Amino acid sequence: MGRTLAEKVWDDHVVRRAEGEPDLLFIDLHLLHEVTSPQAFDGLRKSGRPVRRLDLTIATEDHNTPTLDIDKPIADPVSRVQLETLRKNAAEFGVRLHSLGDVEQGVVHVVGPQLGLTQPGMTVVCGDSHTSTHGAFGGLAFGIGTSQVEHVLATQTLPLVRPKTMAITVDGELPDGVTAKDLILAIIARIGTGGGQGYVLEYRGSAIEKLSMEARMTICNMSIEAGARAGMIAPDQTTFDYLEGRVHAPKGEDWDAAVAYWKTLKSDEDAEFDAEVVIKADELSPFVTWGTNPGQGAPLSADVPDPASYEDASERHAAEKALEYMGLEAGQPLRSIKVDTVFVGSCTNGRIEDLRAAAELVKGRKVADGVRMLVVPGSARVGLQAVSEGLDVVFKEAGAEWRHAGCSMCLGMNPDQLAPGERSASTSNRNFEGRQGKGGRTHLVSPQVAAATAVLGHLASPADLSDAPVAAGV
Amino acid sequence: MEAFTTHTGRAVPLRRSNVDTDQIIPAHWLKKVTRDGFEDGLFEAWRKDEKFILNQPERKGATVLVAGPDFGTGSSREHAVWALQNYGFKTVISSRFADIFRGNSLKNGLLTVVLEQKIVDALQELAEKDPQAEITVDLEAREVRAEGITASFELDENSRWRLLNGLDDISITLQNEEDIAIYEAKRPSYKPRTLEV
Ligand code: SF4
Repeated sequence: MGRTLAEKVWDDHVVRRAEGEPDLLFIDLHLLHEVTSPQAFDGLRKSGRPVRRLDLTIATEDHNTPTLDIDKPIADPVSRVQLETLRKNAAEFGVRLHSLGDVEQGVVHVVGPQLGLTQPGMTVVCGDSHTSTHGAFGGLAFGIGTSQVEHVLATQTLPLVRPKTMAITVDGELPDGVTAKDLILAIIARIGTGGGQGYVLEYRGSAIEKLSMEARMTICNMSIEAGARAGMIAPDQTTFDYLEGRVHAPKGEDWDAAVAYWKTLKSDEDAEFDAEVVIKADELSPFVTWGTNPGQGAPLSADVPDPASYEDASERHAAEKALEYMGLEAGQPLRSIKVDTVFVGSCTNGRIEDLRAAAELVKGRKVADGVRMLVVPGSARVGLQAVSEGLDVVFKEAGAEWRHAGCSMCLGMNPDQLAPGERSASTSNRNFEGRQGKGGRTHLVSPQVAAATAVLGHLASPADLSDAPVAAGV
Repeated sequence: MEAFTTHTGRAVPLRRSNVDTDQIIPAHWLKKVTRDGFEDGLFEAWRKDEKFILNQPERKGATVLVAGPDFGTGSSREHAVWALQNYGFKTVISSRFADIFRGNSLKNGLLTVVLEQKIVDALQELAEKDPQAEITVDLEAREVRAEGITASFELDENSRWRLLNGLDDISITLQNEEDIAIYEAKRPSYKPRTLEV
């Protein structure tokens, strides 16, 4: 019988297999950041162990870094200690680190792919649940806990139990103005935040094949929001084109050998998945969340759902609680929801393509009165690229704030936070209570919806902008 | 991690049930970046009361915690185990532990022993009457012994083997170091490296 893509990658990394034991898997790339690594390094120090493969390890600063005044000392003492600890550990153990101010600094899941370090068929881990992003290249990539971070540092392997596989087939064509973000939000609303538990998701079908690498990363990024630790997409010409010429991509004969291997990385025709979901792309429209988990979403054209319409008692209760926290009324049109803040950024939608899409819509328009729009590139390089294209000017002229790279308001570990009761349209991945600041209310949206919302002041799609005049002379 | 074969020490009877990990180590301690130095955070709120049992001079140096049922519920923080170990506890006895806490404790070499409630009661009475009374936890014989009390306990063979040999996950993996080296030797040259070598 044939094998799925996930099974192929898994099999290629088994270091040791023994009856009654989990497989011992080799890890090709280990990404580190300041939040989940300190105790792992401390553990190594205590047991006198070195990092086994410094050449497969890389660290960056992202969660705690400020997006303003980056040349000044960091004000929050806790953030400062976490960053300083990473710097000390990296220096002591010899780990390559991209610190704040470095051109390669940025959100760990933006940095890996952009350097060409994330490649098809690899195992990639990081002490961060959104490591699933890297699966867009056709590898197995998943988040791990701090004890596992120490395990990988010491051994470059992990003992793991083989997960089940689920195919998510998206056929057809995404309508105009409908993006990868809308698609993944719709998938999560369909299978639920626990639907992917225990599975590796493989996204496939004609609609997926047409997506750019950036869009594929957006999809895989949010696999964890459906409960799956990993999501993946088979590599194809789009993947190879993205990688060719990047700093760490193979060169010369290595390139040819690599591509030959990468071409074998797809699920066999007769491979069997443990579960399968089929989605019709043509039926989708811009999608936003109204609740406090990423599964509580609906098409933008819909109304806030009535909790009484849920048959399942726990879902009904969750919806009631969510509406209360979000300060929303059942039956209220989603388009009528006014926001205070718009956040464009994060490892979900902080790449160049996302910034271009948002810029195109705000160009020549103004951010609505009383709305603050924050644009935070996913990495310093993305920021530079945007500046070279003049996107920073477009945002600033529209009245948005152009910031330095980092996780920023995705989780508010740095000063970029919502105040209690404030409402945001955010291109990030989690709308949990308090995620963007204590008492803050989050609506997850695509960069396009974020931009339209910033201009109109309420949740809106790019199509709604046709009524909003573009300033003369632009 | 340190091997655990047999341990004998004085006890602290903690007559509270449902002690959750937030009571063992409050959330604000989680900002620390090391695995040690958590001893002062252990049961922090309760220790503000000078009558709290851990504050009694005769309990100083005790290494066996005899706890009420459902010890270690709540958040999964491994820091709870580190705090108990940093303080000096080698073993915790209870009639019931929360699953994640138990997993974390055995991973870190803190032996959590499950005994029937009436035996736990007897051990607590003994320790309350005589602060100098010693309790022995013998992992080889899977037995707890104290004056007038002998009780056997269960622990799965794999956890027991690991504790007896002081093996954490990393040492177990490193026993197969040769397999890792063989795998590394045949990795293709096109796989990326973060350092130029
Ligand atoms: S951008 Fe958000 S989701 Fe991504 S790594 Fe940072 S905090 Fe996590």
